[in-house]
Amino acid sequence: MGLVDKGRLPAPLTKLFNLSRSYSLWVYQWGLACCAIEMGAAFGSPRYDVMRLGVIPLPASPRQADFVCVSGTVTDKMAPAVKRLWEQMPEPKYAISMGSCANCGGPYWDSYSVTKGVDQIIPIDVYVPGCPPRPEALLEGIVLLQQRIKNEDMAAKWRGDEFTTLQRTRAMEAGEVDRDGELISDTHSISDEPMAEIASAHPEPIVVGGGPIE
Amino acid sequence: MTLTDRQQLSYIASQAADARLNVELETEGMTLNIGPQHPATHGTLRIIARLDGEQVVWAEPVAGYMHRGYEKLTEVRTFPQVTSLVNRIDWLGSFANEVPFILAAEKLMEVEAPPRAQVIRTILFELSRIANVSLFLGDLGVQMGAITPVFLAFRDREYILNLIEGATGGRFHPNFDRIGGLKDDLPKGWIQETKGAVKKLEEFCDTIDDLLFGNEIFQSRMRGIGVIPADIAKDYGLSGANARASGIDWDLRRDQDLPLSYDLADWKVWTHPDGDSWARCWIRLQETRESCKIVGQLLDQIPAGPVMTKVPRIIKVPEGEAWVATENPLGEMGYYVVSKGDLGPFRVKIRSASFNNISIVPWALKGVYVPDIITILASLYFILGDIDR
Repeated sequence: MGLVDKGRLPAPLTKLFNLSRSYSLWVYQWGLACCAIEMGAAFGSPRYDVMRLGVIPLPASPRQADFVCVSGTVTDKMAPAVKRLWEQMPEPKYAISMGSCANCGGPYWDSYSVTKGVDQIIPIDVYVPGCPPRPEALLEGIVLLQQRIKNEDMAAKWRGDEFTTLQRTRAMEAGEVDRDGELISDTHSISDEPMAEIASAHPEPIVVGGGPIE
Repeated sequence: MTLTDRQQLSYIASQAADARLNVELETEGMTLNIGPQHPATHGTLRIIARLDGEQVVWAEPVAGYMHRGYEKLTEVRTFPQVTSLVNRIDWLGSFANEVPFILAAEKLMEVEAPPRAQVIRTILFELSRIANVSLFLGDLGVQMGAITPVFLAFRDREYILNLIEGATGGRFHPNFDRIGGLKDDLPKGWIQETKGAVKKLEEFCDTIDDLLFGNEIFQSRMRGIGVIPADIAKDYGLSGANARASGIDWDLRRDQDLPLSYDLADWKVWTHPDGDSWARCWIRLQETRESCKIVGQLLDQIPAGPVMTKVPRIIKVPEGEAWVATENPLGEMGYYVVSKGDLGPFRVKIRSASFNNISIVPWALKGVYVPDIITILASLYFILGDIDR
């Protein structure tokens, strides 16, 4: 994939690749708490049937998965395992945070043992709010993720993540790193690249139903 | 008889060969780590098993991956806020978690819910039990290697979830129970719909009975595996279906005098003398049927009247201590509430069923084979939120 690495893939080919990637997503189910049952209802039940969207919910290991669905409360004891599993997944990879607990701590916002948001550990692409969200909400999150994949610049994604999305966005806003996540030296200025291009390469996370992440 | 030198040498050589072979075949202990994320655990339980070949020598569950600090959090919530929190302990049967806490608070305040509210509470309690155990029956199939039952379970469980959503507004976590009654009355047409849904669940039980419990492979993997005698079950504090499967005839719904309307219905407490994995699963299947029966009978006996007694708008619970336990889907669940006369409880001790039910795991897994670990864990039936709280 030398052309992809250099970002010189012809546009029609990029489109074709993105289309096929977005409709053959293998999801690793990281079910932790209540939301795991709603995720199971979305993935395993005949009523919500996620396979019609082109998502295969039964990979045997995270090494075969394209995106991970973190659903439920992440505790401080569990957090290292979440991080390790995320690192085991091959690039390009995506993450959906399902439920208030994974988004921000939810009803345990003042608990001593709960990690307040899984985005402190891994970069999240789609937030699905709710406690727990209905299976339909998760399906919408998956559809939004597919739309993002379709419009993606593959070169940026292929290089992999060193920062979390939020950290990198902040670092880019401060002008500390460039779009590859590398530190900007004195000879290379951020102003060389138009901001719109940077924003399209590293978009903000999506929130199902709109609104800010709280 | 004298041996020649040659015979002696060949004897020594054969002994040495045998010894070498023994050294080569000697097995070394191995530690098998199941979890914390594993398809065969209901959540994030970790089991460390020390193996000798295929047999478990020693096993230990590591809990705490789902510890959310409920008991501490209840100290900084007001009494009405606590129900929205304790919903999430056993997430499959949410409404059943609220009831004992509300009953304990009512005991302290010396109020009692009106008869209509008591019957509706009991119906919702049993519906949440059906929602809980039906998913267990489906999940049992997945853990034994049959994937069809879980699709059936998710399909039929939706009927119950729709009913709970119709009555309470919450599909998963109703937060419907209030001190002194219920938040709201039943919607129009709910009773008729419930009767239809309960029939569908009874059919689901028959299907599972045929499809799963009648399966020869399933039976041979279940029968005689993980036998827990009655005295051991009592020692470890097992409750609910796990205790009844060991022949202990003990059900808090029947044996306790609480303001819930179980005495209005005609139903049976099932026990099984075997105490093996099969008995535990079979008891749960029968209990789902009994729950359907209870709901069906109580639907015809809902009295008229209000669903809420007079309680002050700002609830302050008088000083005192109360312990109330009910028969939840997983077993005995109780709350020990200490109040100092404030808006919130001073201290709440939560006795959840799963924590005691998995405390027998080191005993039950000793000496079993590796595939039986999954069978025993599946049949003990725990929910991680219920273990770690």
